[in-house]
Amino acid sequence: MKDIKEKEISYAKYGYLFIAPFFIAFLVFQFIPLIQTIYYSFFEYYRSGLKIIGPNPVGFANYEALFASDFPKYAGNTIIMWLLGFVPQIIVSLILAAWFTDIRLRIKGKQFFKVVIYMPNLIMASAFAMLFFALFSDNGPVNHALVSAGLLEQPFRFLSSVWGTRGLVGLMNFLMWFGNTTILLMAAVMGINPALFEAAELDGCTPRQTFFRITLPMIRPILVYVLITSMIGGLQMFDVPQILTNGKGTPDRTSMTLIMYLNNHLFSKNYGMAGAVSVILFIIAAILCLVVYFTLNSEDDSRKIKKRDRFKPRKEALQNNG
Amino acid sequence: MKKTWKAIMSFALIAAMAFGLAACGGSGDSGSADSGEQGKVLNIWCWNDEFQSRFNDYYPGVKEVAEDKSTTTLEDGTVVKWTINPNENNNYQDKLDEALLKQADAAPDDKIDIFLVEADYALKYVDSDYTMDVKDLGLTDDDMAQQYQYTKDIVTDSNGAIKGTTWQATPGLFAYRRSIAKDVLGTDDPDAVQEALADWDKFNAVAEKAAAKGYKMLSGYDDAYRAFSNNVSAPWVDGTEVKVDPNIMKWVAQTKEFTDKGYNNKTSLWSDGWAKDQGPDGNVFGFFYSTWGINFTLMGNSLETPEDQGGKAEVGNGIFGDYAVCYGPEPYYWGGTWICGAAGTDNTELVADVMKQLTCNADIMKQITLDTQDYTNNQEAMQAIADDPEFGSDFLGGQNHIALFVEAAKKIDMSNAGPYDQGCNESIQGAFKDYFDGNVDMDGAKANFEKTIKEKYPDIKTVVWPE
Amino acid sequence: MDKKPSHVRTVVAYIVLIFLTFLCLFFFYILVVNATRNHTQIQKGFSFIPGKSFIPNLKHVLNDANIPVLSGIKNSLIVSSLSAVLATYFSALTAYGLYAYNFKLKKPAFIFIMLILVMPTQVSAMGFINLITKMGMLNTLFPLFLPSIAAPAVFYFMYSYMQSSLPLELVEAARIDGCGEFKTFNRIVIPIMKPALAVQAIFAFVQSWNNYFIPALVISDNTKKTLPILIAALRSADFLKFDMGKVYMLITIAIVPIIIVYIALSKYIVAGVALGGVKE
Repeated sequence: MKDIKEKEISYAKYGYLFIAPFFIAFLVFQFIPLIQTIYYSFFEYYRSGLKIIGPNPVGFANYEALFASDFPKYAGNTIIMWLLGFVPQIIVSLILAAWFTDIRLRIKGKQFFKVVIYMPNLIMASAFAMLFFALFSDNGPVNHALVSAGLLEQPFRFLSSVWGTRGLVGLMNFLMWFGNTTILLMAAVMGINPALFEAAELDGCTPRQTFFRITLPMIRPILVYVLITSMIGGLQMFDVPQILTNGKGTPDRTSMTLIMYLNNHLFSKNYGMAGAVSVILFIIAAILCLVVYFTLNSEDDSRKIKKRDRFKPRKEALQNNG
Repeated sequence: MKKTWKAIMSFALIAAMAFGLAACGGSGDSGSADSGEQGKVLNIWCWNDEFQSRFNDYYPGVKEVAEDKSTTTLEDGTVVKWTINPNENNNYQDKLDEALLKQADAAPDDKIDIFLVEADYALKYVDSDYTMDVKDLGLTDDDMAQQYQYTKDIVTDSNGAIKGTTWQATPGLFAYRRSIAKDVLGTDDPDAVQEALADWDKFNAVAEKAAAKGYKMLSGYDDAYRAFSNNVSAPWVDGTEVKVDPNIMKWVAQTKEFTDKGYNNKTSLWSDGWAKDQGPDGNVFGFFYSTWGINFTLMGNSLETPEDQGGKAEVGNGIFGDYAVCYGPEPYYWGGTWICGAAGTDNTELVADVMKQLTCNADIMKQITLDTQDYTNNQEAMQAIADDPEFGSDFLGGQNHIALFVEAAKKIDMSNAGPYDQGCNESIQGAFKDYFDGNVDMDGAKANFEKTIKEKYPDIKTVVWPE
Repeated sequence: MDKKPSHVRTVVAYIVLIFLTFLCLFFFYILVVNATRNHTQIQKGFSFIPGKSFIPNLKHVLNDANIPVLSGIKNSLIVSSLSAVLATYFSALTAYGLYAYNFKLKKPAFIFIMLILVMPTQVSAMGFINLITKMGMLNTLFPLFLPSIAAPAVFYFMYSYMQSSLPLELVEAARIDGCGEFKTFNRIVIPIMKPALAVQAIFAFVQSWNNYFIPALVISDNTKKTLPILIAALRSADFLKFDMGKVYMLITIAIVPIIIVYIALSKYIVAGVALGGVKE
């Protein structure tokens, strides 16, 4: 023990050495710019045409202006559009993961489906949004199909409707990410001891029971991971609504996300306001991150402890049910 | 594997350092002032290749064009270096601004000599010290005598100096469907139709008549916008205050009425629905269009079988021949690109010559129009085409539209253009689209406009609406 | 008794899967169809039947000297490959540094990386441009791939993967054999990390390949532009040359290499996506 410890001390410099490039690159390319951003958030500093106004120190004026703005509304938009994509994403992914791993379901071409559902993630978000824009335009093919099928009397103007626009953003996020989530969940399900499923089958469990009583509880940590990573993606939502609404967040700014709002200030070279928005965003992100870190950590700890005994009572319960 | 890694990494790091050092070294000897000596590199900044192709095709001094078009070599050995940045997401202006702000410190051969601007934001550059008075470059009033007044107004700064010049004039007209006009008004004669559409009240009355027959007067919300916004009584911004002009609110009222009464198809400019409305299946009375739009956009949209699918641009293909043009209720213009000489250029003589040849030389201007159908900024040359009894457009049923453009261009008054036009126009159209769609009420639309405009222009403090 | 419901479920599963497959492939189909149609046709509306303008569109894209597609592909390949390599290698190195060694700042370093995991790029974009301008890297490809060295998300994945698949005993064994620390990492750790490296490499590659925001701010020279900038350039072409057929053709050209890489690596991806998440 003592020997190992001494060795570890002598190896410590390698630890620093190995993480050095990461931190140097981070410091140069992200941290210095970030500090500058924070610094300018306390200044009046913008461009008027080609004239540079400022930087004049203004204290918290930018933050006051920010809190007087519709910032909470944009936060709400971001959450709503994220949920519109995330809820179907997690449901569909769970079902697909269950199907792909169900030994009683013999789906042919699994590999094909797995590859295909991932493909929307490869397309440029802006190109994807362009296609959606054309497909769901007032005279586009989707409306055409709905009208000629008799489902609608006249075209539905998706992009002029609050929920039409938000729904499309949700749908696109769903399509781009459900493949990724499915694969994640599938791997988690495959990590479950197959004996459990066999036992369940022997006991005459219906697939539904197996899913809710075995699969779901067992993949909880992965579900948390998916939730967190998706939340981070949601906070950073930008390309899709930006291109779909031409940067305007129409209608009535109900599809304006936080990053789109930040982008508006960056666009007008308002370094003061953009800085303030960035700082608030960074704080929100940091809080989210701490939540993630502690959730994952406590998950790990509780899992390590419980892992061994966890199956037993459940198995018994199943037997009792049968 | 390890060796490759090391090689790649050391290469990347060394290269990065080398670049850093080179840049430091470079900045040391920059700033050497030019003493009237002319440089050998002409830097031109633009956002697309329109001007580049005009330059390469029509500037007399061109000797050879590089295969990748990145440079053009002139007879005297000067190399023209093209920097083309896309417009998307304001990228062009961002880059241009950064470069102009560093113009004073740049090495002579890196300084921007010429940059191009669009009308909507021209004054941002014109009203700054970064553009040169064309008279200081050597252009005279005489040189520019044949240019349309409005093309000079747009680039005239607050002291009355002209800071740019253009080879195009882009007056707007109202293009209507002959068959629909006949049905609604009983005539398709351009003079008679113009009489029926001579002002906005008459225009609205025709819209009602057209609706009664099952037609739409316009396709979308912003079709008529420029006809209103070009005829305002004052610039958008006064000090830190945006003053919304009554004429803009007239557009809002008219568009709302048209929308609620079903006189339009609720489309937006350049949308697929808008393009479709111009084609064989369209039921729209007419479109506000500018010089370039007639032959390039409207004609393409009117054909049943497109040209590169074997269709011919002739009567019988779609509604070719069914359009005609008249002045419409108010004169306006749409589009156009201006050439500005950048302050600090070391090629003043060449910049002046480019401006003279490409925007003042009547022969070159006429040739551009004959070759490309681009309407050029030379009254004499355009008048000659207008007076040609042989000239007529088959697409417009034989009408000589150039003759109408000649008259329309004279009436355009752009003395109220301002540096905030681009943002204000975009914001007001965007904010009131929600109002037309019924997503917000009038106050909501006004509030959204105020939010957007203050985000776009941090110096704007108040917005005043007309009573 | 068990078979019948399974049979119904299989049918349902196939219907859903085929529907989802349709949704996923549909957009690629529309993209390709639009690349075969000309501008007027695209403007007037949609069609599911390919047009006849594939060759003209392709010619227009390739012959436009202002849209240097070939050098665009080359630049995109350089930037994306280097980004992928740097992001994966250095993230693995960092993860290994924090995983295998004990040092004072270990925990703070880890928490710090977790904190910056969620930082949106846009937050520091303007400072970034100022900085690289001062460093003389404006209008070079370096700022497009060098920052990839610090990729917190990739790091997190690598770290999780090491926790599940890299026993420290292995490292100890190597040390006893007299293997140097760097050699251990390159010869022993990297091969074990292969699946994770492959997965994150393709992700980083795709992300960099599709990135417009930063490259558009950094690059002005035609010869250094990446594909997304060229697509944006086409979209902002003037009214005389604005051609949606060309735009869709260029998007199609831009997406083909990605699909090829993806199909080639799809085995690793499907198998490896989850690796970082699964901790056994």
